Amino acid sequence: MTAEQKKDFVDFAVTARKYKTLLTPKYKTRKFWVNPDPMDVYSSIPGTVVDIYVKEGDLVEEGQQIMILEAMKMRNTIEMPFTAKIKKINIKLGDRIPKDTLLMQLEK
Amino acid sequence: MSLKKNILALREKKAKIQKGGGDAAIEKQVAMGKMTARERIVTLLDENSFHEYDMFVQHEERNFGMDKKELAGDGVITGTGTIFGAPVCVYAQDFTVMGGSLGLKHARKITKIMDHALKLRVPCIGINDSGGARIQEGIGALAGYGEIFYRNTLASGVIPQISVILGPCAGGAVYSPALTDFVFVVENISKMFITGPNVIETVLGEKISQEDLGGARVHAEITGNAHFYAESELECFDQIKKLISFIPWNNSQKAKSFEPKKPKSKKNIEDIIPSDPKQPYDVRDVIKVLVDDSDFFEIQELFAPNIVIGFGRMNGETIGFVANQPMYLAGVLDCDSSDKAARFIRYCDSFNIPIITLEDMPGYLPGVDQEHAGVIRHGAKMLYAYSEATVAKITVILRKAYGGGYIAMNSRHLGADFVFSWPSAEIAVMGPEGAANIIFRKEIMEAEDQDAMRQIKVQEYIEKFANPYVAASKGYIDGVIEPAETRALLLHSLEVSKNKEDYRPTKKHGIPPF
Repeated sequence: MTAEQKKDFVDFAVTARKYKTLLTPKYKTRKFWVNPDPMDVYSSIPGTVVDIYVKEGDLVEEGQQIMILEAMKMRNTIEMPFTAKIKKINIKLGDRIPKDTLLMQLEK
Repeated sequence: MSLKKNILALREKKAKIQKGGGDAAIEKQVAMGKMTARERIVTLLDENSFHEYDMFVQHEERNFGMDKKELAGDGVITGTGTIFGAPVCVYAQDFTVMGGSLGLKHARKITKIMDHALKLRVPCIGINDSGGARIQEGIGALAGYGEIFYRNTLASGVIPQISVILGPCAGGAVYSPALTDFVFVVENISKMFITGPNVIETVLGEKISQEDLGGARVHAEITGNAHFYAESELECFDQIKKLISFIPWNNSQKAKSFEPKKPKSKKNIEDIIPSDPKQPYDVRDVIKVLVDDSDFFEIQELFAPNIVIGFGRMNGETIGFVANQPMYLAGVLDCDSSDKAARFIRYCDSFNIPIITLEDMPGYLPGVDQEHAGVIRHGAKMLYAYSEATVAKITVILRKAYGGGYIAMNSRHLGADFVFSWPSAEIAVMGPEGAANIIFRKEIMEAEDQDAMRQIKVQEYIEKFANPYVAASKGYIDGVIEPAETRALLLHSLEVSKNKEDYRPTKKHGIPPF
């Protein structure tokens, strides 16, 4: 074991006990779980924003189309999950967005 | 009239084909820091041992101007040779010939040499350096890939199959290496992906370099698709040669025996492992004091380093080692480490290589990411692989053996032949802190000083249960041994297991949790 490695040892909890150990790059970059907030609309795939049918402040009915996200030449319709007001739109026409982008925030 | 004229004509034909894509293309190949296909084969094999076949094979495509194109060997060199005297079949795609693109005849040369390898029962080594399918040949190229994959699958577990990625390997082409036993990659040279950066950017808008998407390091460290990572082609060839020295030529033989040697490492085995189960150490130091000449050949060193796998020799015979590595992630089992170990165990079992398991792990890695990534299915692969294996299986428990991990790490219950334990071992249903918190919950909650009471109860649990003697009293382990006895006992266990016969119910094949 090199001194360099010893310096990098961290406390690592597995059940009730903490172990001294090194972390792997893959472990360090893992995604943390965040409880989903129903008011946040995220992209479930990457794609291009080709249409936005609503604007901030609109009250939108459940099932109504709010935008089209094009990916792999497929026009994916994003629908309103429930009736709510559009609080904020974080994207604009033509945006190329990765997966898990916060598209819009809603409010009751 | 003498044959001289014919011989000269043959020599001329051969010389032309040996030039591959010609001087300009070779210059380009060299400028990319790559060897030519022919140089690669010659460097890898024993001197003057290479014999080439199907040199004059030509493609039959007549569309898109292909009728006017003559491609040297149709872009792939195939043949037989030896490595340290071991016979091998080999093919190398020639990037200087139309980018090493795969057409039907190119593929048929490969399948022919694979058929040879399977019939001759010798290892097959494929050197990949190809831009992908030869688009001009259309579906003929796809047929070619399919015929290769089919043979990869038939040969799996019968002869060793080795893939060397020395250039691009994209699209369907990646699946042949993925089906083989060992994949070698070289820094800056190897690139593997299903869809390249251009397509990904056009379709999805994600920008990424070839290197970051599917470079050597990515596959060695993150995806686990590669088993050996080298900084140069020469280092890569040395790794292949060393691997060949450790494995048998086929599944009905044993690996070649070497002169037995004493371990070189002068480390005292008792001093390598800290007695505090929370402190880390490098388990490879333990392996090195056990194996002949302290020569341990690690596989997938960079991927899931929380478990160590590889070959070493004991009494001159090849042994497969599986060891938890407390230095990384405390040696936990997780998706990647289970996957890595399970595949290696199946390799050893297929090729008659006894397995020694060194155990020191606190359990499975907790976390949403692990559960959602399918740690149940991946973890099950290990149970499957150990239970299925009929080669000699020996376990030494060094320190921690808790919970499900204890069962998974080649326990008696999964059919281990011998399980030994050091006196430092803690074989229990879970770590003492966790167990005491559950069992003595009431006492701890009711105590005036809860922390003090918890400490007392944890200590009580450690003394009563966190030791090897409970498992020993039930016969789950065969003996509690002194660390210094380990090598001698392993040698003896391997010796008495030499004629081991173990049967499994007849079946077409099992259904492992892939």
